Amino acid sequence: MNGPLQPASDLPSGPARGASAAFDLRSLGRPRSVRGRDLRERLIVGSLAVAATFSIAVTFGIVIVLANETLGFFRFDEVSVTEFFTGTEWNPLLGAEKHFGIWPLVAGTLLVTVIAASFALPLGLVSAIYLSEYASPRVRSTLKPALEILAGIPTVVYGFFALMVITPALQKLNPALADVAGGAFVFGNYNALSAGLAMGIMILPIVCSLSEDALRAVPRGLRDGAFALGGTRFDVSVKVVVPAALSGIVAAFLLAISRAIGETMIVALAAGGVAQITANPAAEVQTMTAYMVQIFLGDAPAGGVEYKSSYAVAATLFVITLLLTMLGQYILRRFREEYD
Amino acid sequence: MATPRPAATRVFQNRAFLWLCLVATNVAVVVLAVLLLSIFWQGFGELDWDFVTKSASRKAEDAGIKAPLWGSIWVCAICALTALPLGVGTAIYLEEFARRTRFTRIVQTNILNLAGVPSIVYGILGLTAFVRMFGAFGSNLENAVEFGSPESLFYLRLPFGSSVLAAGLTLMLVILPIVIISTQEALRAIPSSLRSGAMALGATPWQTVWGITLPAAVPGIMTGAILAMSRAIGESAPLLVVGSALFLRFTPENLMSEYSVLPLQIFNWAQRPQAEFHALAAGGIIIQLAVLLTFNGVAVLIRQKLQKPLL
Repeated sequence: MNGPLQPASDLPSGPARGASAAFDLRSLGRPRSVRGRDLRERLIVGSLAVAATFSIAVTFGIVIVLANETLGFFRFDEVSVTEFFTGTEWNPLLGAEKHFGIWPLVAGTLLVTVIAASFALPLGLVSAIYLSEYASPRVRSTLKPALEILAGIPTVVYGFFALMVITPALQKLNPALADVAGGAFVFGNYNALSAGLAMGIMILPIVCSLSEDALRAVPRGLRDGAFALGGTRFDVSVKVVVPAALSGIVAAFLLAISRAIGETMIVALAAGGVAQITANPAAEVQTMTAYMVQIFLGDAPAGGVEYKSSYAVAATLFVITLLLTMLGQYILRRFREEYD
Repeated sequence: MATPRPAATRVFQNRAFLWLCLVATNVAVVVLAVLLLSIFWQGFGELDWDFVTKSASRKAEDAGIKAPLWGSIWVCAICALTALPLGVGTAIYLEEFARRTRFTRIVQTNILNLAGVPSIVYGILGLTAFVRMFGAFGSNLENAVEFGSPESLFYLRLPFGSSVLAAGLTLMLVILPIVIISTQEALRAIPSSLRSGAMALGATPWQTVWGITLPAAVPGIMTGAILAMSRAIGESAPLLVVGSALFLRFTPENLMSEYSVLPLQIFNWAQRPQAEFHALAAGGIIIQLAVLLTFNGVAVLIRQKLQKPLL
């Protein structure tokens, strides 16, 4: 922890022998005690280390709380572990017989996420290619801030947008859809498509700016080489730069998807509250997060089985997003192309 | 070997892809424009001084955002005062002091993982750790340990209950990984020659950090901190879990006060079926976006004004 030089107090306290009388080391002020300085140094570094440990404590906190409460949930008589992981019915609040099978909530989450991803991933990647390979510096400098604004908008705003703009726009299609499949695709006030599209808009800036970072990290030499071989700009960007940046792009996709899975306010506002397994984008679905909102907004008495079930749902959500994050990090580490 | 494509095909392919790019990018811009315009169109009529100074009401025409606005300010202030020192401290330790050991690698991976945890899960941790304090003080607030009188500014009680303090600390958990990661990036951008120079002059490691590295990294740290705070202002899911009020007439008085926050007030209004409340929600969103734009603007300004080339 000591500096590379000897502490100042080791210097002679009188005028240095051989030094000219005009220069007196004492004019630099009294040297501070080494021990005091070392102690201060150690205290500061120690407290910084404690701060760093805090993040570990947070992780342990999350895991312990979720595990503890989830175990509490499984101790209720109405609940069975097998049913939770395999059951296809989730109706803790309605009906005479309560069923706790997680799949309807997972399916709802999946449907909304797939809609969001199929909107945002291609669009975000193509925009990223444009920004990184085609756009002039002037265009970039106006588009980047616009994307940053989109990224900073609170998710409740996207939920409001889904409810007030996207859903009414979708409902304009209803007259045409009324005759298809017996009206199964008629949009109600709450539907998965509207929430999914709003969620897509939400994750679009994440996909775009992270993919763009990955694309721009590809060294120029690769592009120059491809151009020298006679490639068009399309050849260079799509066949050389994108493959070279693939690990970063995939990691960006995974991050965006895990953000979509954990997103709460959009689905709580726009997706509805019916937990069901369906692939119909016009249907009302309930996601894992939306169920938690329903419970914590006070639809269930604290301590009851319905209330505790939200912890089991939270644990499932935590495990899914954690796996996605870890997969993203693994891909970044394992498949990163080093060019330097 | 495949036959080479004719030049015309390749030129066409190139053209077509450029158009695809332009369309895709413009979709993003158009979406942003539609979003902002529709919200302004709905909410502009609500904006007047009364809207900011009146509290919630069951009648739409009397409703305002005074209570949630002040709630947001309290909660975010607590969040900033706790998350920034903790996050910046962690980042300094990891970047400047810690040797690359197994422990620091675990901490680092752990921070990246925490950044991916959905915010509502942090709400659950906040509920158990801050609102109820693991049940150590009984299951309800009647058995709470109190310090000071409930009317005083310095009133404290354990457990915190659904109070501004619990909410601020919960948001601290949410933005902590963001603060740490952005500070680490800011510190990493400082050329190591600056550190070596300070060390060569006999500065201790902490003197180097405090006198040289930190001042040089301040613009980057500030930008990251402001962006993290703008995330905190818009965050609503975790506060919903820790028991923020959705309907409140008064502003917080001390750390143990009840509170509501702007995004949740917007959520509450947007949920209702009546169109008048939707207009209120849009008005609230305009205020919220104005605050956010100011934050982002300040971040950009800092980036431009303070950032000097270091080499």
